[in-house]
Amino acid sequence: MLKKHPLLVLALVAGYAFLYAPIISLVVYSFNDSRLVTVWGGFSTRWYGELMNNEPLLEAAWMSIKIAGLNASLAVVLGTLAALALVRLRKQRGHQSLGVMVTAPLVMPEIMIGLSLLLLFVAMEDVFGWPQGRGMLTILLAHVTFSMAYVTVIVQSRLAHMDRSLEEAALDLGARPLTVFFTITLPLIAPALGAGWLLAFTLSMDDLVIASFVSGPGSTTLPMVVYSSVRLGVSPQINALATIIIAVVALAVLITGISLYRKEMRQA
Amino acid sequence: MPHQRRLLMAVPWLWLAVFFMLPFLFVAKISLTEPMLAQPPYADLIRSVEDGLVTIQINLGNYALLWEDPLYREALWGSVKVALVSTILCLLIGYPMAYGIAKAPSHWRLPLLMLIILPFWTSFLIRVYAWIGILKNNGLLNQFLLWLGVIDQPLAILHTSTAVYIGVVYSYLPFLVLPLYATLIRLDNTLLEAAADLGARPWRQFVSITLPQSLPGVLAGSMLVFIPVMGEFVIPDLLGGPDTLMIGKLMWTEFFANKDWPVASSLASVLLLVLVVPFVLMRHYEQRLAEEQG
Repeated sequence: MLKKHPLLVLALVAGYAFLYAPIISLVVYSFNDSRLVTVWGGFSTRWYGELMNNEPLLEAAWMSIKIAGLNASLAVVLGTLAALALVRLRKQRGHQSLGVMVTAPLVMPEIMIGLSLLLLFVAMEDVFGWPQGRGMLTILLAHVTFSMAYVTVIVQSRLAHMDRSLEEAALDLGARPLTVFFTITLPLIAPALGAGWLLAFTLSMDDLVIASFVSGPGSTTLPMVVYSSVRLGVSPQINALATIIIAVVALAVLITGISLYRKEMRQA
Repeated sequence: MPHQRRLLMAVPWLWLAVFFMLPFLFVAKISLTEPMLAQPPYADLIRSVEDGLVTIQINLGNYALLWEDPLYREALWGSVKVALVSTILCLLIGYPMAYGIAKAPSHWRLPLLMLIILPFWTSFLIRVYAWIGILKNNGLLNQFLLWLGVIDQPLAILHTSTAVYIGVVYSYLPFLVLPLYATLIRLDNTLLEAAADLGARPWRQFVSITLPQSLPGVLAGSMLVFIPVMGEFVIPDLLGGPDTLMIGKLMWTEFFANKDWPVASSLASVLLLVLVVPFVLMRHYEQRLAEEQG
């Protein structure tokens, strides 16, 4: 088909070049010996070495990983509940409003979510004395709120396209609804849950704006450290960090892609 | 199992009500208070005076300030302009890409889509930062253009609104391509075949059949770009300069630098009001799309 449309091919090539040029430039310059980011001073891995000795950055990275892991797990549970409610309980009260509340965080500017949640946490502390101060817990609550929306969308589309005859058969044979859910529905939607978990993890690892609002002293996440070092002046260590992130993501995507491909081959 | 059903709906509903809807009431409340030099830095709206008397003191001064000070109007207008122009640029670049992927042989589609999603999985902040290295005066782009001989003096792109447009279009392009692709791939081919049988040329087929049918996807994708860009902070902060004034960055400054929570809250309230219309439009089209499918 594409042979008939040289202009479309050109648009695709140019589009992908635009998407990947900055990423490739980061990877290349992470091996640059020069302190000046755009002057080539020979191949070197010194920035990786310096990165490994950057104590505050490593601490922040560990904090981010902890929050992201907890966030992804909670978001998958809540997002799956929301998706089930949206797909299966159309006549239940609250269906419409849940639909609106789940979509809204997807488009809401991050700065609004961050600002409004901070005001909520301040007011809650004032009234109930909880959450005490701001830190890991408040960042986690904030992240779950916006990332469960993404999980809901992914699981929802999987549920909507799912064949329900297996569930119905099990119910006809006398299985309890909860048993049906855990033995049939859950395995069938597992790929969507996995994708949702990974997406929620990445969103949390990536968030600067919301975390900046709801964090307190002593809870600095990786994006906050990156942001302040970028603001202070470009640091070649950031290139090394970016390259490591890109390598991890590319590897994860490759493994997922291959396993999906194999599964399709087996089914075909 | 009405009991279980109620729980299934109630748990996510309550979470979102408490942590997503309720906070906006506090934004509205704080926007009506007076700033104070205290912790938290605003006066209480409800004050109990002696004898059990309660007074409510509403301060509309923050909104008056937004109206009177041209800075805020310019920031709002700046955000609308950047969001609108970027959405159009994203459409110009993203539509041909989504169309190209939808037209590609079926075994090409998944890898091509993965390539659109992949940058989304790497850090947004770091990808924006990469543009600093490309756009600055002795950056890669200027070096390349000088080498080509197109220019003989480096162009000043970083810290201008051009850099903001580049950064925004780059970051939000996938948000437009994906929903657009989802619409284009579902289009009914029989109409195109009928048009071809009746002698319509490919361009004509595209304009009278594909384009109008893909409008829901165009609108959904545009909203996914337009609404978040309105409140964008990172891109104008890192790539923009004095000529880019956007409401998200101003909110950040009022909140963190000036510690004026009431003004930041009233800015947030105004932004929310501006965004409600696009959001309702998007929901409307989403529902139409869902009905058509289902």
